Amino acid sequence: MSAEILLSVEGLKKTFAVSSGLFGRALTLTALEDITFSVTEGETLGIVGESGCGKSTLGRCILQLLAPDTGKVVWLGNDLTKVPAEEMRRHRRDLQIIFQDPLASLNPRMTVGDIIVDPLRTLMPELSATERRARVLRMMEAVGLLPEMINRYPHEFSGGQAQRIGIARALITEPKLIVCDEPVSALDVSIQAQILNLLSELKDEFGLTLVFISHDLSVVRHVSDRIMVLYLGRIVELAAGDVLYQAPRHPYTQTLLSAVPIPDPVKARARTIEALTGEIPSPINPPSGCTFRTRCRYARDICAEIRPPLTNATGDHQIACHRWEQIAGLID
Amino acid sequence: MADVLTVDDLNVTFALHEAEVHAVRDLSFTLREGETLAVVGESGSGKSQAFLAIMGLLARNGRGSGRAMFNGVNLLELRPEKLDLYRGKDVAMIFQDPMTSLNPSLKIKKQLAEVLIRHKGADKTSAVRAAVSMLERVGIPEPAKRANAYPHELSGGMRQRVMIAMALLCEPKVLIADEPTTALDVTVQAQMLELFKSLTDDFGTALVMITHDLGVVAGLADRMMVMYGGRAVEKGPVDDLFYDPRHPYTFGLLHSTPHVGARTQRLMPIEGLPPSLEHLPKGCAFNPRCRFRMEQCLVERPPLVGERGGRARACFYEGKLAYEEVEA
Repeated sequence: MSAEILLSVEGLKKTFAVSSGLFGRALTLTALEDITFSVTEGETLGIVGESGCGKSTLGRCILQLLAPDTGKVVWLGNDLTKVPAEEMRRHRRDLQIIFQDPLASLNPRMTVGDIIVDPLRTLMPELSATERRARVLRMMEAVGLLPEMINRYPHEFSGGQAQRIGIARALITEPKLIVCDEPVSALDVSIQAQILNLLSELKDEFGLTLVFISHDLSVVRHVSDRIMVLYLGRIVELAAGDVLYQAPRHPYTQTLLSAVPIPDPVKARARTIEALTGEIPSPINPPSGCTFRTRCRYARDICAEIRPPLTNATGDHQIACHRWEQIAGLID
Repeated sequence: MADVLTVDDLNVTFALHEAEVHAVRDLSFTLREGETLAVVGESGSGKSQAFLAIMGLLARNGRGSGRAMFNGVNLLELRPEKLDLYRGKDVAMIFQDPMTSLNPSLKIKKQLAEVLIRHKGADKTSAVRAAVSMLERVGIPEPAKRANAYPHELSGGMRQRVMIAMALLCEPKVLIADEPTTALDVTVQAQMLELFKSLTDDFGTALVMITHDLGVVAGLADRMMVMYGGRAVEKGPVDDLFYDPRHPYTFGLLHSTPHVGARTQRLMPIEGLPPSLEHLPKGCAFNPRCRFRMEQCLVERPPLVGERGGRARACFYEGKLAYEEVEA
């Protein structure tokens, strides 16, 4: 299988203007910086990180729901940050999103059928009403909703079913890539498993490529082929899922993985958690050099002076750390 | 270990417009000194309402009945002013979102000191001193400085620590924690779980951890109680329930949980939806979602059978719980 690159993000930076207090000065919050990666056809790229790391902002920048300050978002050879609105609308058929809170992301005054068909009205107006309805019913079946639910309203549904509606809406234009932004975080455990299995079935059935954003490392591990770890707006590590979970190299990734609760009492008791000291620094005034250095037990002078670039360590394993080889015991 | 809290036949009902809804039915359990009991269940399982009832914190249309014996007193029968002698002092509770439990307009030290002034009759100076030292005890850096902050000036993890400090000021015998780490990032969660562990070890506090997260349970709890549709469906030591679950719901939850250690190809979810408490299925409440359902389960409700302090389950199915058994 040839792995065609669908999406590549190059040198993306996103800042927000914030002000401190009523008469405060305008400050700049750097949400994302130096973000470069690509997504190949058919893969699931997981994006993990804690609150405020920029993972949701990144998802929105990919879809041009937020305009990046600098950098490119290249979709099938076209830089989406530059394309005219008319052309962007064409690309939107290929690029869809599923949100975290299923009920909040559905218009309470629209029926299920109207919600699911909505993207078609704007993005594929050439379809006839009959074709649209047939597609809606097909998608409802694909996500496990019954045809008679088409005239119901979102409040009549539970969280898990509402997320199925959100997924049907994302699928209706037959997109190539879907950004899933914490799609199961608001759901109960048993329902979460249903939705994760559904996403994996739909991925096979429709040949989808997924960008899966979550704070839950167990969930990301379960669904992803490759995983990107963000810390304070920067990529600290990017690798195949198995590689990342078995041999994490960045000190932040190591800490993060050691902190994930394991649903196995004997293993949970046996392991040691590498406690992280201090709190995450403010993205308004991030540390110089490596942004993780203030909490890193391996930090040296160089970490404060020079920002470690994201470099290829072995194969596709990318790490942004000056000292990863020492930490891994590969060199003195 | 001595029993510190003994609950028998706890029922919680809510009066709605026309009907009465049963949120918790016939719940019985004991809590021992220094142990951690995990109460596991999904939304609507009654896990939070059971403990809100014990704390006298139900919504106004809610009513708890039965017995919750603490020190020879039934907490469920106490009038609010009597309950206040225990509540916050001997039995404390913390919640998922610390911001809704802290007064946004009071400095941290004032909120903490008030607890000691009220319950222990402490004077203001010594109460503030004790508050600051408790903040230090729960791992808040620069406690004297943070004590002068307002809640919004602290991060989520810090606020949760403040809540825990407040709950611990009177050295309670029982601490009830309702999803205390659900809103926190994983590294902060890990710090909090370590803190809970040291509390039960150092203070001998009995901890009730209400959670939906089996990862949290595995790392922290000694025993667990699984609830579904307002009832306990399985109880026992944590290792027994994780490695040898005997109720199909416990079994299903374990197979629905993704595991960071292994990338399994497929999760085995529990099909269907949790029941509405207003329309609980006849017989076993879990029967519409159960892969091991039998005729009997549709008409008769399985009683919780077992030893009081040991294992117990409410299920008629006697066979082995495994997916191939049903598919064959």
